[in-house]
Amino acid sequence: MTHASRITEAQSVVAACRADFPALDQDVSGHRLVYLDSAASAQQPSVVIDAIAYYERHDHANVHRGVHTLSHRATDAYEGARETLRAFINAASTSEVVFTSGTTESINLVAQSFCRPKLGPGDKILITHLEHHANIVPWQLVCEQTGAELLVAPINDRGEVELEALYALMDESVRLLAIAHVSNALGTIIPIKEITAEAHAREIPVLVDGAQGVPHMPVDVQDLDCDFYAFSGHKMFGPTGTGVLYGREALLEAMPPYKGGGDMILEVSFSGTTFNELPYKFEAGTPNISGVVGFGAAARYLEDLGMHNVEAWEHELSQYMTEQLSAVEGIRLIGTAAHKAGVQSFLLGDIHPHDLGTILDHQGVAIRTGHHCAMPVMEFFGVPGTARASLALYNNFDDIDRLIAALGKAREIFA
Amino acid sequence: MMAGSIQTDDVRELYRDLILDHARHPRHFGKLGHVTHTAEGINPLCGDKLRLYLDVDANETITDAAFEGSGCAISVASASLLTDTVIGLRASEAMTFFDAVTAQLARGDSLEGSEVELGKLRALAGVRDFPTRVKCATLAWHALKSALRLDTAPASTE
Repeated sequence: MTHASRITEAQSVVAACRADFPALDQDVSGHRLVYLDSAASAQQPSVVIDAIAYYERHDHANVHRGVHTLSHRATDAYEGARETLRAFINAASTSEVVFTSGTTESINLVAQSFCRPKLGPGDKILITHLEHHANIVPWQLVCEQTGAELLVAPINDRGEVELEALYALMDESVRLLAIAHVSNALGTIIPIKEITAEAHAREIPVLVDGAQGVPHMPVDVQDLDCDFYAFSGHKMFGPTGTGVLYGREALLEAMPPYKGGGDMILEVSFSGTTFNELPYKFEAGTPNISGVVGFGAAARYLEDLGMHNVEAWEHELSQYMTEQLSAVEGIRLIGTAAHKAGVQSFLLGDIHPHDLGTILDHQGVAIRTGHHCAMPVMEFFGVPGTARASLALYNNFDDIDRLIAALGKAREIFA
Repeated sequence: MMAGSIQTDDVRELYRDLILDHARHPRHFGKLGHVTHTAEGINPLCGDKLRLYLDVDANETITDAAFEGSGCAISVASASLLTDTVIGLRASEAMTFFDAVTAQLARGDSLEGSEVELGKLRALAGVRDFPTRVKCATLAWHALKSALRLDTAPASTE
């Protein structure tokens, strides 16, 4: 392999994992599939698919309810996944790991339960210009509900958050900073640890949208010192419909429930209800048990590979992708931050991204096209949308060569 | 010549020369001096957004048509071909083209034996093998239908 010299032994462990993902082993339009859309949703390894199937075949019952054997097994599987995910992000306690349907619900939970009761006119929520819609709209809603104001910190033309401007916006009226760990549209890695230190110096709590962080790098919520960290199962090789809200125990304790229903109560009478302890207070109703089982299996899979190895492997791939894309005639790279994850938005000549997506798909190369749920980012760069190639641990150098070749074909057609 | 499946089809079947020509050099692009009917078409999936303008006289004849907006090659070419086609037609005749084009692209009906003479609109036929792009090709046509019905809400392919 011509790229062998770039790979360390640890990275080669990750490089070998492609065979673990059955969906990658197929042809699309008569070509081997090259999947470069993991930032939208990542493929699942067999261990995740098998864990879900095993649970459904052998252990399924409702959790936290019955005294019978299957209910006990289901509860063990569900709570076992919570412990796995606690360890995965190094939370201090499983009380701090709330299962949700995904990053979007996690953020909405904080907006409605943590922020809404304490917001009023004159208060502010601070976000940045590069956020995904899921980290914009929940704040717009809560601002409308309370009369609070939404502040947006600027980005520069490389797609980096302007830190000095961000800090300048952090005044005593800011009730929360909500910020991405990694930009889904631009790939920018945000220096969260530095930012939380600045925010906490001003007594501003910080929520991190970690949807694009957890699949690509080790995440330690205690080291980042964030107050909330939201992420999804399906971006980190687990099933859709699963997510986590990490929250500091003291903050979660003080928050009212977000949804009402079964499993979040200790005692219900028509005169009032006593809520269950953490984290169950926030998990009303029968949860996505099999999904969480798969989510836990995904986290174990990543732990086994080692997130430092994953990060190092993707760093090599990402560097190679940037080098190769930069050399394509007529390309415009959007998102050129100094610190980037394996996500690259681009435009090619005057070819509309949607046309590019079709031509690439026809060569078996799956990329995302459009606004990537980040319309303010598209507006900032003056484009209606972009083509976006996003990497995950199962990609390799050959995938990038195939992408480049497919772009050549697109240039030919639109010559 | 219609190829059978997406596997064997060349993507050039979609991006025929006529399509690329109309995408790059859209006809009747811009506003009209006199507008009697107008409608917007939005394809939320890919952000295609265009506005169609029609000038329809007392005899229900479309005397002029134009469009503006931005979108992918397929949506722009289709809008360009639409304006080329409907100028000089009566509104009811234009709607028979709407029916024929949408039926053939969305439902995959045969292009042969159509009651209307599609002419260069046949260049859109390649879209049928690309299901995710049918909405791009029909966007302008839905805007035409909205405009002729004097709808106020934007046409959407959703």
